[in-house]
Amino acid sequence: MTLTKTLAAVLPTPGRLGYRFNLAGRTGLCVIAFWALIAVFGPLMSPYAPGEIVDWDYFSPMSGQFWLGTDYLGRDMLSRILMGARYTVGISLAAVAITVTAGVLLGMTAAVIGGWFDMVLSRLLDALNGIPSLLFGLVVVAAVGSSIPVLVLTLAAIYIPGAYRYARALAVNINTMDYVTVARARGETTFYLATREIFPNILGPVLADLGVRFIFIVLVLSGLSFLGLGVQPPNADWGGLVRENLEGMSLGAPAVIFPSVAIATLTISVNMFIDNLPVKIRDRSE
Amino acid sequence: MTEPLVSVRDLRIGATTDAGRKVEIIKGVSFDIAPGEIVALIGESGSGKTTIALSLMGHARPGCRISGGRIAIGGDDVTAMSETGRAALRGTRVSYVPQSAAAAFNPAKRIMAQVIEITDIHRLMPRAEAEAKAVELFRALALPEPESIGTRYPHQVSGGQLQRLSAAMALIGGPDLVIFDEPTTALDVTTQIEVLRAFKSAMAQGGASGVYVSHDLAVVAQIADRIIVLKGGEIQEEGTTGQILHAPAHPYTRALLAAFEPRPHAAVPAPGHPAQPRPIIEVAHLHAGYGPISDGAPQAKVLQDVSFRLERGRNLGVIGESGSGKSTLARAIAGILPPYRGTVLVDGTEMRPDLRNRSKEELRRAQIVFQLADTALNPAHSIGAILGRPLAFYHGMRGQAAERRVIELLDMVQLPANLRFRLPGELSGGQKQRVNFARALAAEPELVLCDEITSALDTVVAAAIIDLLKELQRELDLSYLFISHDLSTVEAICDDVLVMHKGRVVEALPARDMSAKAAHPYSRLLISSIPQLDTGWLASLEQDPELVRQFALR
Repeated sequence: MTLTKTLAAVLPTPGRLGYRFNLAGRTGLCVIAFWALIAVFGPLMSPYAPGEIVDWDYFSPMSGQFWLGTDYLGRDMLSRILMGARYTVGISLAAVAITVTAGVLLGMTAAVIGGWFDMVLSRLLDALNGIPSLLFGLVVVAAVGSSIPVLVLTLAAIYIPGAYRYARALAVNINTMDYVTVARARGETTFYLATREIFPNILGPVLADLGVRFIFIVLVLSGLSFLGLGVQPPNADWGGLVRENLEGMSLGAPAVIFPSVAIATLTISVNMFIDNLPVKIRDRSE
Repeated sequence: MTEPLVSVRDLRIGATTDAGRKVEIIKGVSFDIAPGEIVALIGESGSGKTTIALSLMGHARPGCRISGGRIAIGGDDVTAMSETGRAALRGTRVSYVPQSAAAAFNPAKRIMAQVIEITDIHRLMPRAEAEAKAVELFRALALPEPESIGTRYPHQVSGGQLQRLSAAMALIGGPDLVIFDEPTTALDVTTQIEVLRAFKSAMAQGGASGVYVSHDLAVVAQIADRIIVLKGGEIQEEGTTGQILHAPAHPYTRALLAAFEPRPHAAVPAPGHPAQPRPIIEVAHLHAGYGPISDGAPQAKVLQDVSFRLERGRNLGVIGESGSGKSTLARAIAGILPPYRGTVLVDGTEMRPDLRNRSKEELRRAQIVFQLADTALNPAHSIGAILGRPLAFYHGMRGQAAERRVIELLDMVQLPANLRFRLPGELSGGQKQRVNFARALAAEPELVLCDEITSALDTVVAAAIIDLLKELQRELDLSYLFISHDLSTVEAICDDVLVMHKGRVVEALPARDMSAKAAHPYSRLLISSIPQLDTGWLASLEQDPELVRQFALR
């Protein structure tokens, strides 16, 4: 309950009056909303089935029939990008949400409790951080098999140590502030200290971290797909689409350009939005 | 009269707020500074004294801009200069001594390199000559080992020495005007004396003019020829130091002077009334420290064998310089830093060392209030939420009842009720400190540990807070443990005083006529180091050098 109250107090809705929300932030939000709609309704709009070979030519250019051209097997790129949105946006958002939530909760707890708890947790997560991410993905997928929940959890596990480190560093700074000491002297619990005293004050940088980590996750997801460990064919996420059509690069095929454009617009707009969140205008004289 | 060195006419500095509203910070200020004269700008925070001082270098802080008026230095119009022209001016003709020398020095470079940097930037003289001049300045500023102090790093000298070194840095370019921006505010009183003396003699030797920004009239009285009193970006009064101190014309100047006069606290009759035989707090042989614990004692022992008792309804002052362990004492009593030896009894009940083992009821009785309201109030919570939390936590008060109580608490500390919707960042320093105190009151404590709560405030505001504390004490039957480095504040509110030095209590005194009864040499040194509102105080002050060497942290 307290957590939602904090969020409501700190996360302003752009619609409310008295907020300043600049153009970059608004543009970012619009693009995110656009891709979110595509992720939900895209498959309904796609002109062809994403796995169906519809053109006898491969890497064909943009045309009235195939708006974004066709890929290396002659499949319709528009349909494949619409399909890929669901994987890229869905998996990455789910993974980044889990990563940052877990990282921030653990980081704040470690900062507030300190001592051996902090030490053990930090060393454990450092050890996890030491495993190369693709290798880690390879082992997990080989052991459990590839499915979307497995992918989400694997990606989250790869990035939790980083998110933890970042959140802990922020929380340690806030933890030494007098208002936290006052709350501690009052006899407050660790949970209260973390969620009410520390969390609102690290939210800004944490959101910025979320934006960066989102991009990393999109990239690792496409890396996993390229290795055949990610989204399984005939489906593919955007990163996978770039990888499988890479030979088309020398032909200037739209099949390699448009998935890249899709990744770029999504990641850039996420960062534009997060760096330019609506700010409440507070003026002392009013 | 000779041609003034600096002439400021109708200076206006403005800024634009977040909401696009324009505010005027300096509202048409005019004054002159004659060659060789030291003029003090005095006023509370927000009065625009630093803004004016910086504008003399043609500099306005980010977001501000010089919107009107004219500043001339030695006939050159600073306001009309290009940025390159101003850069050439800074360091050679106008220089600046910052408030915090520790923050102004680069910790990675040797002191000498930083002191002579100005001569290098402006190509004033060859390096060897600059170094020779620096050594001369070190000597003029009474720094120890003037020949070799330049080879040290900033962390290898004390705070007072660093402040004097920053003056050397300002003087090396042979400026006509030196701006001192509260240079002794962050120093201890015993250190302050040495720094003030050094500044005074170095300025007299160099013949430069000075602008001395301060909120402390007593300090200014020692060094300035003339005083300009500022409030809200306007000049309230201007006059020679003697006139301002002895015949102030403006009511605001009189208020400033009145805030300085200690109003001795009418002591509560000493113990003996049988109704409450137990002292509110009794501390016996308290030891506390930081760092890893070995053999039952931590590595850095800060508090050693502190014992005292405080009767209910009386106030105890704890005075000492930085590093004397006075704040650690408050933390040890509150259990934030668990003491490793000794006992704390609150109203006869023994407190466990670590606050985590104390009950809510035990925690409620003794509340701690910190010095800096800026860091003691969570910037993300509204004032209502900050005051509401102890109500919910200790008394289970929620909703309407809590809101009524919050309004009541705000009223107690003389703040309007609608302030509860604001965030701490939207309050002034004095208002924040009142909220900080109201939060402690929300717990309905019996003992309040006040850790330097007036030190960061302006004189007039601090005096108002002290009055408030006294009034609340009468109404709510409180006892205060009042930690401060400011003796006049302690005198104004306390019945008894503990003098601390290096973690030990060196003397316990009655707060009234402290200076007459002090027997311990350190207490005497400390008391004699407090600046007096008298222009001749510094010149006539004589301290036993042996005593100074033994106790002062220079």
